[in-house]
Amino acid sequence: MYHQFTQVKVDRPINRSGLRRVLLAAVLIAGLPILAVADRAAIIIQSTTSTANSGLYDHLLPLFEKAHDIKVNVVAVGTGQAIRNAIRGDGDVLLVHAESDEKQFVRDGWGVRRFDLMFNDFVLVGPASDPASLSGAENVSDALARISRHKALFASRGDDSGTHKKELALWDAAAIDPSGASGSWYRETGSGMGATLNVAVGMGAYCLTDRATWISFANKQGLKVLYEDDPPLFNQYGIILVNPNRHPNVNALAGQEFIDWMIGNEGQRAIASFRSGGHQLFFPNASP
Amino acid sequence: MQELSSSFSIAFSLIGTLDADLLEIVGLSLKVSLSAVGLSLLIGLPAGAAIAIGRFPGRFSLMVISNSLMGMPPVVVGLLVYLALSRAGPLGVLGLLYTPTAMVIAQTLLITPIVIALARQTIEELNSEYAEYFASIAISLGHRVITLLWEGRFGLMTVCLAGFGRAISEVGAVMIVGGNIDHLTRVMTTAIALETSKGDLELAMALGVILMLLALMVNLLLAFIRPAEAFGKKRAAATY
Repeated sequence: MYHQFTQVKVDRPINRSGLRRVLLAAVLIAGLPILAVADRAAIIIQSTTSTANSGLYDHLLPLFEKAHDIKVNVVAVGTGQAIRNAIRGDGDVLLVHAESDEKQFVRDGWGVRRFDLMFNDFVLVGPASDPASLSGAENVSDALARISRHKALFASRGDDSGTHKKELALWDAAAIDPSGASGSWYRETGSGMGATLNVAVGMGAYCLTDRATWISFANKQGLKVLYEDDPPLFNQYGIILVNPNRHPNVNALAGQEFIDWMIGNEGQRAIASFRSGGHQLFFPNASP
Repeated sequence: MQELSSSFSIAFSLIGTLDADLLEIVGLSLKVSLSAVGLSLLIGLPAGAAIAIGRFPGRFSLMVISNSLMGMPPVVVGLLVYLALSRAGPLGVLGLLYTPTAMVIAQTLLITPIVIALARQTIEELNSEYAEYFASIAISLGHRVITLLWEGRFGLMTVCLAGFGRAISEVGAVMIVGGNIDHLTRVMTTAIALETSKGDLELAMALGVILMLLALMVNLLLAFIRPAEAFGKKRAAATY
């Protein structure tokens, strides 16, 4: 029984100063991040993964921030999530590519005004062996019909994004409803473009992707562009200021300054000058 | 799998050249996760000790609930914190969304149940060891808690490491509440997710290697503190 007492430091007081030091350190470390002091105006852009992942913002933002004392922070999520975040007021500017949803956003009073910003196009990528013979297709509806007839694997975004909505519109125009085949040849990943492309590569599936993401995607492996250049594959980007009347926290002045720059000569030139792998990925088309 | 070897060389070149972006991301990861661990210790250690030695109504339910919260998925915690901190949410006026503070809050909520559960376990064992000693002297509850926490500090170090491991490795919570904003809220795990989505699997893997090295370093650091004291204890016992 005596061994119990030898392990207890009966005559030594609890090391209070040591304990206090540890507690103080813990509180200080915990308090560090809260020291973030806002020194200049900052805005949040709710945007899409297709613009962010291609490197467009890495190119544009330094050019903008050089002449304007505004810090631009980009949150890149799917278009559906970006729009919903903007409706909740968690952003100052919305920059996505789902024209009808953007117009609805403004109609519902969440946005001030929608401007055309830039465009590019979508392409259909697939395995080099092209089991559904897409390369002989007459138009995009024919291409999708071939995929459906052949029951070739197709990886869909399935996440309410601009790309997803475009894909659904294309299936609709081809008078095909792939949802019945969801889980068999129609695979809905519910993920961003990059993750969906990784899935398409992994299972040798066809996929609809915007050209910008595709060109800058580093894991193409055996996949290549098998169908492109049909007018329905046009991809328009729009930019909208979140309505400060609905969300007083919106930095309307800074947000509008950013939008004015983007649709003005400087921004449009900056968009046109962005290259990735030697290709121009986005084409400015804001109306003067 | 030759991506693995090229990932290692990418990792070491990033570390060797002290890549500025890498240092920024590593720094933020450590700041956020260490702060979260600190906060969760402040809350969780006393709470765990109280559940261990206290005898109050609802103690058992509290223990069961706190244990179940250990299995809370990070993405769900992230979602809850996002809904709370969003401008349309109850704490929106604080403007904390998309800041490192929001990330600390989310990770603290994630780790505290682990700290409570493991602290309770450690303290409960110590409490039964010291039961007779405490019974023989007049000691207040607060004093008892502090004594047990201090005496069990080495076992509690494992609690710290478990909490830190959970925090530094999670991506779901910090992605939603932080937004993975470049130079603001991008940490190791969200950077790995980003590079994966860009298809740059080698860079993603390299960042993963660096993250593992980081965790290894933290664990080694703490492992060296322990043996010295444990060795001292053995010698004291031997003289009796």
